Amino acid sequence: MAMEYFIQQLINGISVGSIYALIALGYTMVYGIIKLINFAHGDVFMVGSFIGLYSARNLANAGLPPVLVLLLSLVISMTVSALLGISIERLAYKPLRKASRIAVLITAIGVSFLLEYTGVAIVGPQAQGFPEILNKKQYTLFGSIQVDSNQIMILGTTIVLMIILQFIVHRTKIGKAMRAVSYDMEAARLMGINVDRTISATFAIGSALAAAAGVIFGMTYNSVDPMMGVLPGLKAFVAAVLGGIGSIPGALVGGLLLGTVETEVSSLGYSSWRDGVAFAVLILILIFKPSGLFGKNVREKV
Amino acid sequence: MKKIGAIIMTTLLAGSLLAGCGNNAENNASGGSGNSGGDTIKIGADLELTGGQASFGDSALKGAQLAVKEINDAGGVLGKKLELIEADNASKSEEATRAAQKLITTNKVVAIIGSTTSTNTLGIVPVAQEKGIPLVSSSATNPKVTVDERSGELNEWVFRASFIDPFQGEVMANFATDTLGAKTAVIYTDTSSDYSKGLQTFFEETFTKNGGTIVSQESYQQKDSDFKAVLTRIKEANPDVIYLPGYYEEVGKIIKQAREMGITVPFMGGDGWDSPQLAEIAGAEALENTFMSNHYSPEDTAPEVKSFVDAFKAANSDLVPDGMAALGYDAVKLIADAITRADSTEPEKLRDALAATKDLQLATGKISMNETHDPVKAAVVLKFVDGKQTFETKVNP
Repeated sequence: MAMEYFIQQLINGISVGSIYALIALGYTMVYGIIKLINFAHGDVFMVGSFIGLYSARNLANAGLPPVLVLLLSLVISMTVSALLGISIERLAYKPLRKASRIAVLITAIGVSFLLEYTGVAIVGPQAQGFPEILNKKQYTLFGSIQVDSNQIMILGTTIVLMIILQFIVHRTKIGKAMRAVSYDMEAARLMGINVDRTISATFAIGSALAAAAGVIFGMTYNSVDPMMGVLPGLKAFVAAVLGGIGSIPGALVGGLLLGTVETEVSSLGYSSWRDGVAFAVLILILIFKPSGLFGKNVREKV
Repeated sequence: MKKIGAIIMTTLLAGSLLAGCGNNAENNASGGSGNSGGDTIKIGADLELTGGQASFGDSALKGAQLAVKEINDAGGVLGKKLELIEADNASKSEEATRAAQKLITTNKVVAIIGSTTSTNTLGIVPVAQEKGIPLVSSSATNPKVTVDERSGELNEWVFRASFIDPFQGEVMANFATDTLGAKTAVIYTDTSSDYSKGLQTFFEETFTKNGGTIVSQESYQQKDSDFKAVLTRIKEANPDVIYLPGYYEEVGKIIKQAREMGITVPFMGGDGWDSPQLAEIAGAEALENTFMSNHYSPEDTAPEVKSFVDAFKAANSDLVPDGMAALGYDAVKLIADAITRADSTEPEKLRDALAATKDLQLATGKISMNETHDPVKAAVVLKFVDGKQTFETKVNP
């Protein structure tokens, strides 16, 4: 019994962690390329979730089969969010490209509030129900351990998206451009790389990932509201730092680690200590490995 | 350029200062000592119009508006019309404080109703106490709203229209033992809310006194979304009932996730469940076998309930009023009744009249204030059937 209880809690932890990881992927990618902690990421996640909600409702009313509803909602939500990401970058961050890092960071916080309260103004502050889209199926393993189809789907999606992202960054031309821009923006420009377009692409991909996470989050927890991005965004940021911000596999590991630590603390009956312990783990890791688990040691340029 | 900017700024600042003065002067003139000069009696509504508990604030406001309209249609109070002045506290305690200060200093209200939750009302209490303006909370159910927790002294300016947590916790504990035959219970509390912790204490007290055992105490925080870790723990503990005294948003998610995990035992909660969003988030199926205590039921056949429900529906395009709406309505009626009996809107007289309220028939029952400014009145237990609240039983104090 004790063993089964532990495994069940591990599964719960992994499913929480894979959501964190999914959001953390976008965070870490944008940071990796332009060294900006995009605090608006959690709110793009929220926008993505709402667009997913409205497309899913309308498509389901139009009588499409559930699988098609899910895929189409994902595509619509990811496309719109990618465009939103590009516009945010063009309007808010691009004019500040030469400004200090802190100015951009504060702007990101401003964009975050702008999205949240525009959301409140448009859809109201109320939490709204989100349809399951695909009916959840419960699977029982080894007697009493339960896994549902959604948990499997989240983990699967996270891993697949991570692999695709890793492939884009390391194996494609645009990825090469991204890495060049990340290394030295001026030199990349001199080498004929279109820096603006590369950064737009980075934001488009990051925001599309956030939107995918938003739709999946909505399906799992069945409730969306304009402030829903705040806490998961923060947790995902912690996960990204834990794994080594800028490292794509690090986001996955950091997310899963954070999710399991939180869940295990709750499972031992210390639910009010949950966040405290999670952040203590973060502090410990940063003391002993300041660049995070998978972070590269940054050489000082002399 | 810089110079021009500075000049503009200075002018604006000076302008706003002057404007501020002008406003104050005007208000002083019209507000005066409250009952002379102005042609309306102003009541402030410090409510959750946005934020997490917006659904409560919205309902309470609709109820209050209906009461004001009814009173004015019947000729007003002391020959004057009532005027309701809304202030949004964004479901935050510190905003509730600010809104109350604004209502008292700028709008010169004679009394304040609000807020719907204990946590937010506790933000207004110090303001009401300091300025000496009566505060009637529509549905803050925590005892420490009217009685200071540390000194044990009565907050003389604070009243409420609802019953208090000890009663609500007691009612559900007795319901669990007597009707559901429960021997063991788990309590799952929202640690970020005074309301939830209050209900927890009194449920535990009565349930243990009835011979039941609390097998486990768990907690969550507002805005959490995954509860499976703790729910797995609760499943392991296998209680007869789960007491979940939280607010609808998290409650909805908890019940849904619990049912998915195969937890079938009854869930019970308090008036924090009272919102249409609960059924939307949890789904009607998951809400089977759940019970809540509440201030009133729209299905109650008592004549005062029926006439309130009909009037509310007529004013709000057939919307069925929830408990929060009924209490918002009652809060205004309480104040109006006190103003009439005091024959004045002077704060001291109004306060004493409120404290002396006796056998006043309102939408949620017959109210008498006791010595701690808490109404003594009945509670109802509701059961969810097809996602809708249905009347189960009425419990008198």
